[in-house]
Amino acid sequence: MPATRASVYTALDSVKDPEIPTLSVVELGIVRDVEIEGDAVTVVITPTYSGCPAMRVIEDDITAALNASGVAEVRIKTVYSPAWTTDWIGQAAREKLIEAGIAPPQHSGAHHPVQLKRREPVLCPFCGSPNTSLRSAFGSTGCKALHFCNACTQPFDEFKSI
Amino acid sequence: MTNIALDLVGQATLVLKRAGEVEGTGRSEDALAFLRDAREYRNALMLELPNGDFGFTMIRQYLFSVFAMHQWDALSRVGDADLAGIAAKALKESRYHVRHAGEWVVRLGDGTDESHARAQDALDSLWPYTGELFMSDSVEQALAADGLAVDCSTLKAAWDADVNELLAPATLRRPADAYMQRGGRSGLHTEHLGHMLAEMQVLQRTHPRAEW
Repeated sequence: MPATRASVYTALDSVKDPEIPTLSVVELGIVRDVEIEGDAVTVVITPTYSGCPAMRVIEDDITAALNASGVAEVRIKTVYSPAWTTDWIGQAAREKLIEAGIAPPQHSGAHHPVQLKRREPVLCPFCGSPNTSLRSAFGSTGCKALHFCNACTQPFDEFKSI
Repeated sequence: MTNIALDLVGQATLVLKRAGEVEGTGRSEDALAFLRDAREYRNALMLELPNGDFGFTMIRQYLFSVFAMHQWDALSRVGDADLAGIAAKALKESRYHVRHAGEWVVRLGDGTDESHARAQDALDSLWPYTGELFMSDSVEQALAADGLAVDCSTLKAAWDADVNELLAPATLRRPADAYMQRGGRSGLHTEHLGHMLAEMQVLQRTHPRAEW
């Protein structure tokens, strides 16, 4: 059976980000496009961070998932523009992040000045309290920051907005 | 620091890969990173100085990140679409580095007597290395005129404004602009770079073409 966009996207939905296994590479906005040419499928992806150590694994996982779905030739094309933004993470995916105990990214506000800007409070993914404080600008992975909930005394990761 | 390093290594990988493509001799990003000698490196001298104490490390990170942020911003509008794309991506990462390092500069400068004194010492020691960031040469100016590169001297005003704005709440005194060190951009380095490269390049030098 030749691959269709729908069948390719179904296969890609099973490819999870190794560092955030609750989300697929499609939900994260890493997959930008899919091109089908006969038996060959090209998946266009964009890295979340320039130095994201998970990208190589993600490429291998995409190839393996499509091979398993019957696509013989898989090509991966990496594009850098437009640059990935957390704004591409959809509402359903944000709710999955909260369920996994990760505060979803705020709106990136890419055009606002950055220096010492006071941000909206980050809501605790466990109890919903806005009474939280930043403990470290970098958390368990480069794409997350570590916060602490003063209401339920639970530390949690926040997906950094970029 | 390691997360910032991860971003910077990622940015360097992309830029060196593009440089290798433009150069056209088939050198990969790894060949450019691991098989060049110190004299072939063009980094600013500030970036090869030993880390010193935490104050020195964070103040250098701040001074450089503000420069990098404005440079990436300008590079995101150059004619080479690949370079512009890399720059747009790196710009977002640099903004986060500026915020992170800037918060530390304020915390250290406006902290205890000890942290303030160390932060001011670090700023005074690093200041003579800031001028080099904005020294452009004829190659850079010619490329900038063609819309392919950024003339670094045009970034000074924006850098000054950002740094001045942060030094006030950090209660740090801006050193006077006096003699500025130079040399890195033309391949003339401090003694520190060679030692660092010996450490970083040892694997590729010992086992050429090793992959991991």
